[in-house]
Amino acid sequence: MALVEAARAPASAKPESWSWTDTFQQYPALWLLALFLLILPAFASNFVLIELFGWAMILGMIALSLMFLAGYGGMVSLVQMTVAGCAGYMIAIFGTSVMTDISLGWPWWVGVPLAIVIAVIFGTLSGVLSVRTEGIYTIMITLAIASAFYYFTLQNYTIFNGFSGFNAVRTPQAFGVEWRSPVPFYYLILFWTVVSYLAVVYVSRTPFGLALQGTRDNSRRMAALGFNVTAHRVAAYAFAALIAAIAGVLLVWHGGQISPGTAGVGPVIDILIIAVVGGLSRPIGAFIGAIIYVILRTFALDALVMVGLDGKRFQLLIGVGFLLIVLFSPDGILGLWARWRARYARGNARDGRA
Amino acid sequence: MSHFIGRHPIWSLVIVIGIAILLFLIFAVWPPELEQVLGRKRIFLSALLNGITLGGLYFLVASGFTLIFGLMRNVNLAHGSLYLFGGYFGYEVANGTGSWVFALVATFVVVALLGIVLQFTIFRWMEGQDLRQTLVTIAISLILADLMLWRWGGDFYQVPMPAWLGGPVEVPLVTAVRSSGELVYLSYPLVRLVILLGAVVIGVLMWLALNRTKIGMLVRAGVDDRDMLSATGIRVQLLFLLVFAFGAGLAGFTGVVGGTFQSLQQGEDIKILLASLVVVIVGGMGSITGAAVGAVLIGLADQFGTVYMPTYAVVLTFVIMVVVLALRPQGLMRGN
Repeated sequence: MALVEAARAPASAKPESWSWTDTFQQYPALWLLALFLLILPAFASNFVLIELFGWAMILGMIALSLMFLAGYGGMVSLVQMTVAGCAGYMIAIFGTSVMTDISLGWPWWVGVPLAIVIAVIFGTLSGVLSVRTEGIYTIMITLAIASAFYYFTLQNYTIFNGFSGFNAVRTPQAFGVEWRSPVPFYYLILFWTVVSYLAVVYVSRTPFGLALQGTRDNSRRMAALGFNVTAHRVAAYAFAALIAAIAGVLLVWHGGQISPGTAGVGPVIDILIIAVVGGLSRPIGAFIGAIIYVILRTFALDALVMVGLDGKRFQLLIGVGFLLIVLFSPDGILGLWARWRARYARGNARDGRA
Repeated sequence: MSHFIGRHPIWSLVIVIGIAILLFLIFAVWPPELEQVLGRKRIFLSALLNGITLGGLYFLVASGFTLIFGLMRNVNLAHGSLYLFGGYFGYEVANGTGSWVFALVATFVVVALLGIVLQFTIFRWMEGQDLRQTLVTIAISLILADLMLWRWGGDFYQVPMPAWLGGPVEVPLVTAVRSSGELVYLSYPLVRLVILLGAVVIGVLMWLALNRTKIGMLVRAGVDDRDMLSATGIRVQLLFLLVFAFGAGLAGFTGVVGGTFQSLQQGEDIKILLASLVVVIVGGMGSITGAAVGAVLIGLADQFGTVYMPTYAVVLTFVIMVVVLALRPQGLMRGN
């Protein structure tokens, strides 16, 4: 797991008296970003709000749950997109959709919590299965679970409605707000994104989070110290599954539909790519990766056509970009940025002496 | 053998009874009550034989996967892409030259060379970094998948079969008895039987090569302790190159075989990758015997699942994996 070790989070280096305000004082860019996202609806079009930033934040949340497991726990789980897909399917089954003979039409305050609980149970059970083995096995077992879920939803018509899945899944109306309209939906996504981001930052500083990072660095030593390594790992899976499940609910409302392809092998790999390209060392990496992915996904087609290539070669672009990142900057964009700053600082220091 | 019976008397009894029931189901003429429960015997026998031949195919792919993992700790998630590329390439060669056998050989060589290029230019530089290697294989599989989609599109392809492999043969297994007392035998495609035979022969050869030759000894030593092996002065890089080439070549070779009795299309790479993953998880990483046992199990589960519970077929495969992981996380055929 050299990559995760190279991208080690700087948590343990922090002083004891860490607090929220410190984080924001340390990174003033975070304040600017928060302000920008808050006032975005004032001047951006609905397309930019929902299709770019909304989608990027949802994918970012799923990638964030992977980042939490991989960056702090050393477990690269490919099952996070599947957990989100599971939550999305449950929303479609408990709520309303075109498939009236499957969808139960329950109100949102029953369906949403139930969907999240089921998805968390699914994610935790996947964790229980995969923590029995170590290291690189995790990626194989979780990939097997993810593809089994995909083929199952594809074959099963009684619960999951097979190939076509569920269409016209409505975002509910609640507290007198029509959450389907772009601006409220944007704020809903933003709210849960911020909550999950802060939750990950917070949990990584709790005794549990520190112990989890201990199991990542040396699980045998942690076991010798009396920590229950397996329990910590399973708990990490449960926490990550919660974030992914919330994102899954938003995902199905965002698209208005869910089908096997939503959580197919392609999207599962895409989440891994997003997390790795952004950088596994810090939670913000997941969102950096997601916004790059969404921008590429939205505009690459036109850009490819413009330079005279076939627009269908999008996957090739993603693949080559991913290969380059993994080959030359194992800790992603965050790593590139850190390296650039280090070089800049060195340059400044040299100039200062001269 | 007697050791196993002594240690696990109950399990041995269960296994013996299971084999007895299986033999009865295969060779006996089914009484009408049984046909009511399980359906026609012909369907059962076809599912059984299909499962075993599919297992043969899975074994050929998974054995390369498991060898590469066992020796180099490289989870090659591009293995399915090598399979699909081999299949397409074999299709082109077989169509161009008209010789199926030549296509098999040429594909093995070309995909093995591709494997050498990958190992030599990329994986050699990130040895010991498991996750990074795996991520690189993911990137390669994405790139290969898109390049293949570019070249061959989304259509179905089938490698042309040589005439001597075509047509069904009668297998000496009784499916039913006519009212006149005449026995009806099962007829089964010859090509599948030949492929099964080929898989068995290759499996035995691989076992012999691993257990009876010097190179095999080196590979086994490398699987157990790579660092000690290189410390004894063996050029492990050469060994890695050889094993990677062999594993990749075998994947391409199997692509031609699979393209002959199944079909090739976009997405097949992921199916095969998933099958190899489950096979080696069930059988045990780095073990050829494990790959064989796992492959037959998964092949049978796949076919019986498809015949007897179509919408839950995947679940059966998955349940096998879960049970094995829960009881023996290291796989069926691997020591602790």
